[in-house]
Amino acid sequence: MAEQHMTTEQYTAAIEKARALFEDLSYSYAKEWKEQDPSRRVIGYLPIYIPREIIHAMGMLPVGIFGAGDRMSIVKGDAFFQSYICHIPRTVIEMALNGNMDHFDGFLFPSICDVIRNLSGIFRLKFPDKFIRYFDLPQNFDRKVGGEFYRKEIERLIEGLKALNGHELTTEELNASIEIYNYNRRLVNELSDLRSDFPHKISAVDFYLVLRAGGTMTVEEHNQYLEEILRLAREVDADPEDKIRVVVSGAFCEQPPLGLIKTIENAGCYVVEDDMQLGMKWIKTDIPSDTDDPVSALIEAYLDHSEFSSAVYEADNPKGEQLKQQVIDRRADGVLFCAPSFCDPALLDRPILEQAMDAYHIRHFGFQYHENLGQFHVIKEQAGTFADMIKLWE
Amino acid sequence: MLLRPEEGEMTVQKENSMLKQKQMLADHFMELSQVRETGKKVVYTFVPGNLTELIYSFDMLPVYPEINALQSGMRKKSRDYIREAEDMGYSEDICSYVKCDIGMMVQGNIGPTGQQLPPPDLLLLSYTGCFVFMKWFENLKHLYPDAEIAMLHIPYQEAGRIEPDHVEYIKEQLRTEVIPKFEKVSGVKFNETKLGEKLDLSAKAEDLLIEIFDSAQNRPSPIDAYFGGVYYIGPIFTAFRGSPECVDYYEELAGEVRFRVENKMGPITPDGVLQEENFRLVVEGPPNWTHFRGFWKLFYEMGAVFVGSTYTRVGGVYDDGFRHSSDDSLKSLAEYCLGCYTNRNLPQRIDLIERFITRYHADGFLVNSIKSCNSFSAGQLVMMRELEERLQIPVGFIETDLVDPRYYSYSNIKNRLDSFFQMLEQRQIMKRRMEAVV
Ligand code: SF4
Ligand code: SF4
Repeated sequence: MAEQHMTTEQYTAAIEKARALFEDLSYSYAKEWKEQDPSRRVIGYLPIYIPREIIHAMGMLPVGIFGAGDRMSIVKGDAFFQSYICHIPRTVIEMALNGNMDHFDGFLFPSICDVIRNLSGIFRLKFPDKFIRYFDLPQNFDRKVGGEFYRKEIERLIEGLKALNGHELTTEELNASIEIYNYNRRLVNELSDLRSDFPHKISAVDFYLVLRAGGTMTVEEHNQYLEEILRLAREVDADPEDKIRVVVSGAFCEQPPLGLIKTIENAGCYVVEDDMQLGMKWIKTDIPSDTDDPVSALIEAYLDHSEFSSAVYEADNPKGEQLKQQVIDRRADGVLFCAPSFCDPALLDRPILEQAMDAYHIRHFGFQYHENLGQFHVIKEQAGTFADMIKLWE
Repeated sequence: MLLRPEEGEMTVQKENSMLKQKQMLADHFMELSQVRETGKKVVYTFVPGNLTELIYSFDMLPVYPEINALQSGMRKKSRDYIREAEDMGYSEDICSYVKCDIGMMVQGNIGPTGQQLPPPDLLLLSYTGCFVFMKWFENLKHLYPDAEIAMLHIPYQEAGRIEPDHVEYIKEQLRTEVIPKFEKVSGVKFNETKLGEKLDLSAKAEDLLIEIFDSAQNRPSPIDAYFGGVYYIGPIFTAFRGSPECVDYYEELAGEVRFRVENKMGPITPDGVLQEENFRLVVEGPPNWTHFRGFWKLFYEMGAVFVGSTYTRVGGVYDDGFRHSSDDSLKSLAEYCLGCYTNRNLPQRIDLIERFITRYHADGFLVNSIKSCNSFSAGQLVMMRELEERLQIPVGFIETDLVDPRYYSYSNIKNRLDSFFQMLEQRQIMKRRMEAVV
């Protein structure tokens, strides 16, 4: 009993660590990390996917920038974006203009949508002394075509980073980084499995915070942290509740506020899979870490083993099929389509995905949010009704 | 972008070029309505990064869903189509072109001339400067499962220049993905000589097009580079580039423009030739189509004429010397795609606007911010401030939508424009006073 109490306390303390990082809009962890060695550099990246292995191997800290959510009031950001543009670029520019990211040396904007793309231009104009790069990912999956294009993008990225600290990247270093990130992905997958098997042991909010911490800490520390969370979560003694199991889809960029994630669960839905921190599990397999050409290994992993996403051309692999597979793998009862308002990628995919779910008789319902949403009662009611209906049907 | 509005919506004093244009478009839609009999294959594609010459080199016919959507807006059909799409689950928040197009298809795919449009044999997804294109055609692929789809990924000019390896990437995609799909669908072998001939004809039309746009340097400007630009200067360009008829059309139009310059005539508006040019403006952003005439009137009744617009460059920027060429056909297509307006980074876009403002002696800069279009809209507020700082000119800002009439508020636009025109007027008074003192 006492042991269990201790475990619960340790677990709570561990989660609080992630929560503190989440709350810290000044990115002090990165600042402190950087201050320990003058050669260190901090590189911010926006959603969804960046080959963080490269940044790491260059001796730099990749830091995920996912907006400020409901934790910052917008003063300047609204003067940069019209009301019908999603919310995340406002809090990103607000933080940048307020100096929260002054210690960042560079920013990467992956090709995900026109807003992130144009935000890269705004950063170029506003922060001419920083390393700013829109990172184009291939939409052609032929190794000789899209693969070669991607190789050049990666080479340009390495060149750009080298200009920041003069570091000459070696094969060994990149292989070592790939291995560390492989381990990170394995742990993330393990935690995802654990949550799916015992969703009462790790709440949706806790799971989210743990993954989100991976975009703040060094990967080495995050690996240790994941090991600890895995151990503690397994030991936590919690009783399963009568809730349905859902996959949350569409929240890969602008993040739902914690209150919303909690609301979904409180309304009777265990989240057994979601895409909120999609970049953490983007590559679905281990990447070979013992080759003479680790850049090729990264390229092939991207081309052949990426997670499906609204930002990637579906080619011959329909996303509806892939979402269905997730539902099956996670033994989910239904899908919650949960997308930011004004998010073209997510909202344009939604009808296709909904039709696919209908075709497979998978129940679903959808809503929109923005990162600073403060009222959840409508969503709570809808999610509750959805859960009740599924329970009735079973 | 662009196309000739229906009668009734607009009655503009007709010149020969306009009559010619009307005929060319009518013939094109007639040809499209007859593909069942003729066996011609149909390609749906986008205006930015369009490969019109390549399409015609395979004797296929292009359809531009963006143009259909704007036509639906002008014909007051878009409200219904958008509602239809929203009923199907498309969010109110997303690009209204997509919803209008999908709604139109679901309701029978009746095109601008009242004839039914044929379904696509090939969806050519030229992913150039707008992320929505990819999503749009993924959706169409689900609606037309029998159509082939070819993706042509155009990398963004993130560093403000064309990277040689990006040209190679596009050429490779053309060789390995796009051309084989064209061959498969059309049953015709790729003929580079034929493509080259069309590209050289395009270059001729491009010279003329730039001559026409450049005529806005004159006072009064003989053209309206925004409303006129989308009404009669640009349309032919997209749908017919690479054909001798296209060159003929632009020769005719250039002749008319030269005549107007010689006779110091202003541009033609729906109410006749603009008699007095009070304000010269450059505009960023697409126009509104659902209230096209009323929207235009807000400007010409104040004597405001657009001497430059960015929207007329979405289908290609020819202002900095780029011309299609047969020298290396695929390279030429690649460079064309890379150079389209929204494929340029924000600083490049600002530089281009700055050039328009100075080259065409504009008095002010206006943003028409479109609710639907992140590709254009995200960053426009920064562009405005940047240009205001650099050039010390009055800037104005209005909001509308492309084809969703729910987002057109006459009184809001009018109020904002009134203050903008007042600002411009005061500037002019000050300028005249200063000149008098000197
Ligand atoms: S929330 Fe959607 S539209 Fe907004 S930046 Fe992210 S992906 Fe783009
Ligand atoms: S977002 Fe803009 S550029 Fe893209 S399809 Fe819609 S209107 Fe066209």
